[in-house]
Parts: sequence; structure tokens; C-alpha cells
Amino acid sequence: MLTNKRLILAHFWLAFIVFAVALVLGAWQMFVRSPLNAWHFNPELYYRSVTAHGSAMGYVFPTLIAMGFGYAITEASLEKPLVGRRWAWVGFLLVAVGAVVAMVPVSLGLASVLYTFYPPMIGNPFYYIGVVMVVVGSWIWVALTSINFTIWKRDNPGKPVPLPMFANVAGSYLWGWTAVGAALEILLQILPVALGFKSTIDAGLARVFFSWTLHAIVYFWLMPTYIAYYTIFPRAIGGRLYSDAMARISFILFVVVAMPIGVHHLFADPQVGAGFKFMHSAFTGLVALPTLLTVFTICASAEIASRLRGGRGAFGWITALPWSNPIMLATALSLVMLGFGGAGGLINMSYQLDASVHNTQWITGHFHLIFGGAIVIMYFAIAYDLWPHLTGRALESFGLMRAQLWLWFIGMIVTTFPWHYVGILGMPRRMAFYDYANPAISPQAFSVVVSAIGGFILLVSGILFMLVLIRGQFGTRGEAGAYRFSVPLHMPARIPVALNSFGLWLALMIGLTVVNYGFPIAQLMVLNETSVPAVYVGASR
Amino acid sequence: MATETEHSPGEAVTARIERRWATLSIIIVGLLVGMAAYIGIHQATMPQGHVETADPKTLHLAGEFIESNLGSAVEADGSVTVRAIGQQYSFTPQCVVVPSETPVTFRATSADVVHGFLIEGTNINTMLVPGYVSALQVRFKAPGEHMMPCQEFCGIGHQGMWGKVKVVDKAAFLNMAAAKRRLTCVD
Repeated sequence: MLTNKRLILAHFWLAFIVFAVALVLGAWQMFVRSPLNAWHFNPELYYRSVTAHGSAMGYVFPTLIAMGFGYAITEASLEKPLVGRRWAWVGFLLVAVGAVVAMVPVSLGLASVLYTFYPPMIGNPFYYIGVVMVVVGSWIWVALTSINFTIWKRDNPGKPVPLPMFANVAGSYLWGWTAVGAALEILLQILPVALGFKSTIDAGLARVFFSWTLHAIVYFWLMPTYIAYYTIFPRAIGGRLYSDAMARISFILFVVVAMPIGVHHLFADPQVGAGFKFMHSAFTGLVALPTLLTVFTICASAEIASRLRGGRGAFGWITALPWSNPIMLATALSLVMLGFGGAGGLINMSYQLDASVHNTQWITGHFHLIFGGAIVIMYFAIAYDLWPHLTGRALESFGLMRAQLWLWFIGMIVTTFPWHYVGILGMPRRMAFYDYANPAISPQAFSVVVSAIGGFILLVSGILFMLVLIRGQFGTRGEAGAYRFSVPLHMPARIPVALNSFGLWLALMIGLTVVNYGFPIAQLMVLNETSVPAVYVGASR
Repeated sequence: MATETEHSPGEAVTARIERRWATLSIIIVGLLVGMAAYIGIHQATMPQGHVETADPKTLHLAGEFIESNLGSAVEADGSVTVRAIGQQYSFTPQCVVVPSETPVTFRATSADVVHGFLIEGTNINTMLVPGYVSALQVRFKAPGEHMMPCQEFCGIGHQGMWGKVKVVDKAAFLNMAAAKRRLTCVD
């Protein structure tokens, strides 16, 4: 039962418009930094573009998807209209206005600091204020999700919360707490300097605060994708979900161990000691666990669907899957990219292996494969699945959808595999261009060209995607029926309190963050003389 | 798993398979973490043990990072210490010279914003954060040249911040060091 269709559709449309703009910037960056671009250009434009691309893709696009999809889940799985519809619109407006407020100084070249901020470089204050508005808007969604969950539990004592809602609440709590790290960095450290109240800043401490957000934000991006794996995919291919309880355990594991691992982004930093680097490395290993569990459950669910359709044999059942179904295709391609990206992640998790790839193009390849590949391809699938229910019109261009998904997959592989390769050779990231005439760099030129071609393929796929959605707005009218989620193979009659509530898990989430971050933060706060002069950036200064 | 339901044979089978996979997953993760711990304890590569500070406002006035102290120095125990700083958009020294087959310690910091310090073809890869000192040990096997780019965004000239490391034969290096207190490629 979707009653607030306009609200949900507004989130999705804004998300995909932001995505399309950022995608064009990404493709432009791929071109200008490659040997294909024969003429000189102003490198400042490149860093301006990277700042916009990162801020849009990292802060705005996935947040809007999580919010829009989250509202759809709340209404469809709890089978009642959203409580707090007006607040939801306020949250949406805050995100929309915040995105514009942040992007104006970036477009003017007043805040080319990249989306990771990098103090002591300090940009125009409106950039940071805009980002804070986006986060505050999303916190309204966190609160509304929690309120709707609480009301439903009060009205349905003892009943298991539907899995999609349970996962949605897990994702919202995860985001609410992970955003605190960057919020502390901006509010306590950066904004006072950007507004001119202070002129020094502790760059090391800022990096520790940001790492608190920087890794868990990836699991926030991942949540809609995992929710789609568990609650859309089995239904869409005509099967059952293998296990409801294991799904809940996976989402709980994300909530608990996503935060206390962020220092693995600081393995090479001098302001954190070896002991806490090891702690965070070990916890990073733990976060692979929910993904391993998920891959098993999803593949087993696919096998159930295939056997129901008459699939035979140990591996023969794979051919009997409904491959012409875009959701089937998207999920399979997503899992392949998750496999490669996850293997790379296990490499990055250890200090010793990370030392050879830290801050090289390998890392750029890694997170584009995980986020741009495995995660975003499922955002497409969610849109394809949900669109007829939101517009009341059928999506008819299945061939176009399949072509779009394949192109996205191919584009992502062609972009990221050469990046991984040149990263091992030591090619540094975040550079506007390279001196390809240098004999030490020229062997890498070919790989950069291949990556750029991958970027163009992704751009074509993005255009096809927008085309499918726009055509969907003008398709033939038809009632899509109630929006349903997949049903588990064995429906649990009762489930333990621990798998139906969050009290214990939130306590663990906050407790582990305090244990793993408390000392490094306290140590840097008491260290004297580590505040360094701010370096203001911007064309007008 | 922990779900309580009326037990059907099919359900028992699915739960058993699932438990096996969960156990296997835990073993895989445990093995990976154990490997990282083992290698760490055996000192293959270790992050620096504790946090050291250096004030970028006074780097040029006093302390180990004054200009006349930058470059490669031979220590009493025969090892070599290289001191360097990064600033927008170069390193000092811009070209580092080190001997082969000798323990080398890099000590470096930043004079302004966050920079990176990466020596291609080696495991030397660290951050230069203003206010803090980065220290790393390495041993270069053979003479040769390595590129040394800054790998962290440090402003609009970041793409031009490339240094170089020249590894020379140990004997040749000691000859050069006999004549001068601190060495760089231009000596």
C-alpha cells in the first residue's frame, strides 16, 4: 500500500537527476586526465569537478535513494500510511536546498577541497553548511523511520516486524550514528575556521573524526542494495527467501561492526598508533561476515526459484533462472562486482597489503567497483521494480533495461580493472593529469585510456537509464497492484526479541565506537601544538 | 538459526546447511585476521608505534626539520636516516639519495597541508600530516630510480608534486657521505 507516491517519486527523481549530472562530470574527468586529451587545461577545473562529483555521488544521491526507498518500505511493509508526511517533505527540501547551497561555491571554484574536506585546506563556509543541511534532512528520515517502527510495534505486540522494515530501521540507525563523526568535524573544527572565528585546526584529529563516517557511510549506501537482495530479488524471480533469521543477523552485524573499523582509512597516518590500527583491521575482517552470509542466502534463494521452475542438476539450475528479467540480471551482475570488490576489500583490510596500494588508483578502482558497480546497479533495479507502483504506468522497455544493465556492468569492469592494475604499479590518485612523456609513467598511459573508455560506456548506460524512467512516465496506464516483498521459505511464527528489536544492538554499536575511537580522539585532543594554520582555498582569495 | 518454529524435515535441512556456511565464513574471516596478526607480529611491515609531533609554524627555525638537516645522514650504527618535508607542491629534498642493502629510516612531515609520500616499487607509502611526524623503515635491494609522488590531494598543483628516489651502490654512497654531512641527489 503506497499512499505517498509523490513523496517517494520526488526522492527518486531528484536522486537520479543528481546522479546524471555527477555521471557527466565523472566521464569528463576520465577524458581530461587521460592521454586522449591532447591540450592543456586548468587543473583547478578538474578538482572543482571531483569535489562536485564526490559530494553528489557520496552525500546526495545514495541518501535520497535510502530515504525514498525507506518511505516506500515503511508504507508497503507495515501496510499503513507514513506517520509524519509533512516532516518527510521538510527533510526532502532540506536535502534539495542543501545540495544547491553546497554546489554553488563548488561551481564557483571557492571550495575545491574534495568531498573528504581535507583540512587544513578550508573552502567557502557555504559548502560545509550545505553538506550539514543534507545530513540534517536525512536525520529527519532517521527519526521518522524510528517513529513508524515504534508505533507499529506498539500496535502489534509480539508480532515479528516485517524483514524489509527491520532492515530499513537498521540502515537508518547506522546512518544516524555514522554521520556524527563528520558532523563533529564540520561543526567543531572546520566551520569555526571557515567562518573566520579561528585560524588554526588539528588536521590529524579531523581525519580521525572523518574516518568514523567514511567507512560506515559505505554500509549506509549498501543498505538499499542488501534490502533489495533479500526482499525484492526472490519475489521478482518467483522464488522464496531462503532464511528470514539469517537476513536479520546480517543487518544487525552491519549496525554493530560498521563503525569501529574506520581507522583502516588511516593505516598510513602518523596520528594514530599501531595498536588501534590493528584493532580496526581485525574489526574490518568481521564486517566481511554479513556479506558472506548474504551471498549464500541470495544464491540459495535463486536456486529455490530455479528448482520451482524445473531447474535440474548441481549447476544446471543456473540456466533455468529467468535471465530475461531485469531484476535477475541486475542482481547477478551486482553479485559478480561485489565478489571482485569484496576480494579487493579483504586485501585493503590488512595494514601490510594496504601499504602497497594505499592512495593509489587501486583504491579508486575498489570503491567505484563496490559503490558505483555492485550498489548502484541495484538502485537501478529498485527503480525498475518500484516505478510502475509509483507512476501507475507500466515499464515496457525490457530490452532497453537489459542493455542498460549490461552496459553498466561492462563499463564498470572496463573502468575499474585497469585502475586496480596501475594502482599496483603505484599510480597516485586524485591527480588532474600525468606527464605521459615521462618514461616512468608512459607505460601506464594505455591503462588510463582503457579506463576512460569504460567511463564513456557508463555514461551511455546512464543515458539509457534516464530514458527508461522518462518513458515510464508516459507509458500505458495500468494498476500495478499492491507492492509486495519476498516471502521466506519457512515463515517464522515467533522470533527471538533480539532479532525483532534494536536496543541491545544500538548499545553495542555506540559502545564499540567509544572503545575503538575514544582513546585515539582523546589522545589527540590533549596533545599540544598539533593545531596548524588553515590554508584557505578559492579563486577569489 | 535461532528461529523457533514447528520443525519440518525440510526446515531442519536448511538450518543445518546455513549453520555450516556460517561456521565456514567465521573460519575464513578468522584465518585472514590471524594472517594479518602473524605478519604484523613478525614485523614484515608495521605501522609506527607511537604518535610524534612537529609544529609546522617553527619547522624552519629549530628542531630536526631545519633546512640544513634535511637529506640523508649516516648514523653511528651504519644505518641511514632520511629527513624530508612536503609542502605545496614539492618535497625537500626533491630528489632523495639512499644506499642499497642498508637499513634506511624515513622521517618526514608537512609544512602546510596534508600530503602523501609514496615510493613506487616499494612498500613505502605514508601520509604527511602537518603537526605530526611520519617514520618508516625500509631496505632497498638494488640500485635504481623510483618515482616519489604525493598521493594525497593537496591543492590545485597536486598533479605536479613528484619527487624522486635514487638508490645508489652502498660503497658509492659511503664515499659521498664522507665528504658531506647531509646528502641529496645534487651532491
